[in-house]
Amino acid sequence: MTYSSDVPDARGHFGTYGGRFVPEALVAALDELTAAYEKCRHDQAFQAELAGLHASYTGRPSPVTDARRFAEHAGGARVLLKREDLNHTGSHKINNVLGQALLTRDMGKTRVIAETGAGQHGVATATAAALLGLECVVYMGAEDTRRQALNVARMRLLGAEVVAVEAGSQTLKDAINEAMRDWVTNVDRTHYILGTVTGPHPFPAMVRDFQRIIGDEAKQQVLELTGGLPDAVVACVGGGSNAMGIFTAFLDDPGVRLYGFEAGGEGVDSGRHAARMAGGSPGVLHGTRTYVLQDEMGQTLPSHSISAGLDYPGVGPQHAYLHDTGRATYAPITDTEAMDAFALLCRTEGIIPAIESAHALAGAMKVGRELGPDVTLLVNLSGRGDKDVDTAAKWFDVVSDEELVQSATAVVEQDPQDASGEGW
Amino acid sequence: MTTPVSRLDDTLAAARAENRAVLVGYLPAGYPSVQGGIDAMVAMVRGGVDVVEIGLPYSDPLMDGPVIQRAVEAALQRGTTTDDVLTTVRGVAATGAPTLVMTYWNPIERYGVRRFADAMVEAGGAGLITPDLTPDEAGTEPSDWLGASDATGLGRVFLVAPSSTEDRIRWTAEQCRGFIYAASTMGVTGTRTSVSDAAGTLVRRVRAVSDRPVCVGLGVSNGDQAAEVAAFADGVIVGSAFVRAVLDAASPEEGLVAVEKLAADLADGVRRGR
Repeated sequence: MTYSSDVPDARGHFGTYGGRFVPEALVAALDELTAAYEKCRHDQAFQAELAGLHASYTGRPSPVTDARRFAEHAGGARVLLKREDLNHTGSHKINNVLGQALLTRDMGKTRVIAETGAGQHGVATATAAALLGLECVVYMGAEDTRRQALNVARMRLLGAEVVAVEAGSQTLKDAINEAMRDWVTNVDRTHYILGTVTGPHPFPAMVRDFQRIIGDEAKQQVLELTGGLPDAVVACVGGGSNAMGIFTAFLDDPGVRLYGFEAGGEGVDSGRHAARMAGGSPGVLHGTRTYVLQDEMGQTLPSHSISAGLDYPGVGPQHAYLHDTGRATYAPITDTEAMDAFALLCRTEGIIPAIESAHALAGAMKVGRELGPDVTLLVNLSGRGDKDVDTAAKWFDVVSDEELVQSATAVVEQDPQDASGEGW
Repeated sequence: MTTPVSRLDDTLAAARAENRAVLVGYLPAGYPSVQGGIDAMVAMVRGGVDVVEIGLPYSDPLMDGPVIQRAVEAALQRGTTTDDVLTTVRGVAATGAPTLVMTYWNPIERYGVRRFADAMVEAGGAGLITPDLTPDEAGTEPSDWLGASDATGLGRVFLVAPSSTEDRIRWTAEQCRGFIYAASTMGVTGTRTSVSDAAGTLVRRVRAVSDRPVCVGLGVSNGDQAAEVAAFADGVIVGSAFVRAVLDAASPEEGLVAVEKLAADLADGVRRGR
């Protein structure tokens, strides 16, 4: 395949990747969505409304932080962090959700559904639904509802119904299956707000375009700070929306290297990872052709990562295309490497990153050491780590098991009225 | 010329000559075991099913409701392989009933589209039903199912839905060999208490643009519903009700009895529809 930044084609193909592998019953809805999306791209009123929400609701533009103390550990390269962690709801997910929520309203639909793994996309969707007065149902693997109980509570506080999916492996991929089943049944009045750059056309292109604001802003910010383009752009890749969001502005700048870091889990050789490029193969999953973790029969294999947001056996089709054409480089980061980078950013910059984003930080440390002290790295800090404090506390043993039990017991035994210390 | 799909064409033509609809029965391969699955499908044929649809178990069956999901998960946990599916095709085709495989796309691509097509022909299969492969993606490598089915003479059954536009119905119908699968309700597989009016409307819409046979699926579970659908369709497809008969049985032997009995009830239904 020869590389082009002008993808996908009219049928959603990125080279041999992408497309639409869906039940016929969904084709009409996908065509309707494609038409609505094409229209909104050139609709000034829509774009102005979205820009208004970005500015007054999300808090955009998100700043760029020069991470000088962290950079000492990245071969002395200059490390600029794009601070998507400072967005309302705590990650880049809100950028896409606001765009799709406005489209939902414009298509005359009154109900949105979403899948979520760690809960970030679910929380963002519940937030936008509350803002626009839409009914909201979020599908979440039963296993994930247990791991991320706090985000389940957040979504419910925001008025969403959270459905725990008991089927299959009870994780993100099964939540997507269940959301698809809901969509095909209720498509008349329901829009499926897919959270990442995968799924059937037009989702990979549409979500990318709603996220490209990250790179568009960052390119300008880096130019102002340094007078030039970054030498490399670094992001973590689960489904791949934050990475496509920051890559897109640089696709036509051949001097800018693009690096995507996948979850290497316990190591690609262990079989417990989510490294689709290194450990997967081309296949069809969730409506699109892309790299998939699968066995020799084409059955989807379970993925593993310490970060729920990267724990997915597929990846956006444009990433598969960027990988095969060599425009971007993908490599795995293990749980341990990510957690080391997580700790380092906490201690050197006073920023607690999401564990997902810590994969990008660990990758940046490697890239910086490889490219040397004269380069500038732009790293997408896609989310904040509040949701990961429990995981990190256990990983680093900063809280003893006894303290954890005591604290959990105290919460359970406390009268809810006294929980805040204020009486309500 | 005799091709793999002709046996299916002949069965549909014979039923039409008798002024009745065909009965199509679905069960997944490998449930409760590979041989148990074959036995259940043979029991289906003994009870009066005309055409057998064998499900290829897949890890992410996003068109299927809870009943089929349960059986498919069990089949996968037992380690059912694509070759086991082909073994099942061979066992069922030996009854003389036209035998189709219903499969999500990825396992076929993984096996090799042409390799699978050749193996189907060798096993005596009549064709494939592809719920997540529409003709849009079926004509280009590496998913060139149109090419592989043309080359081997296998049937290819695509789905139409109430939400399909007239243009898409016409185009999809043109690409079908064997019959057109009218997925009558918007939703996933599973039994329903009543057959929706949407089925009749959808069949009328297909008939307006194509003279190929139309079979209706999604929701039929008993003889009365089968009769209702048989009044206007060329075939009645029953899946979840058969799967439930196997799932609910206290033993595999009782499952076979239940499947044969259900097939007989449904076969009676398709014969009194008109």
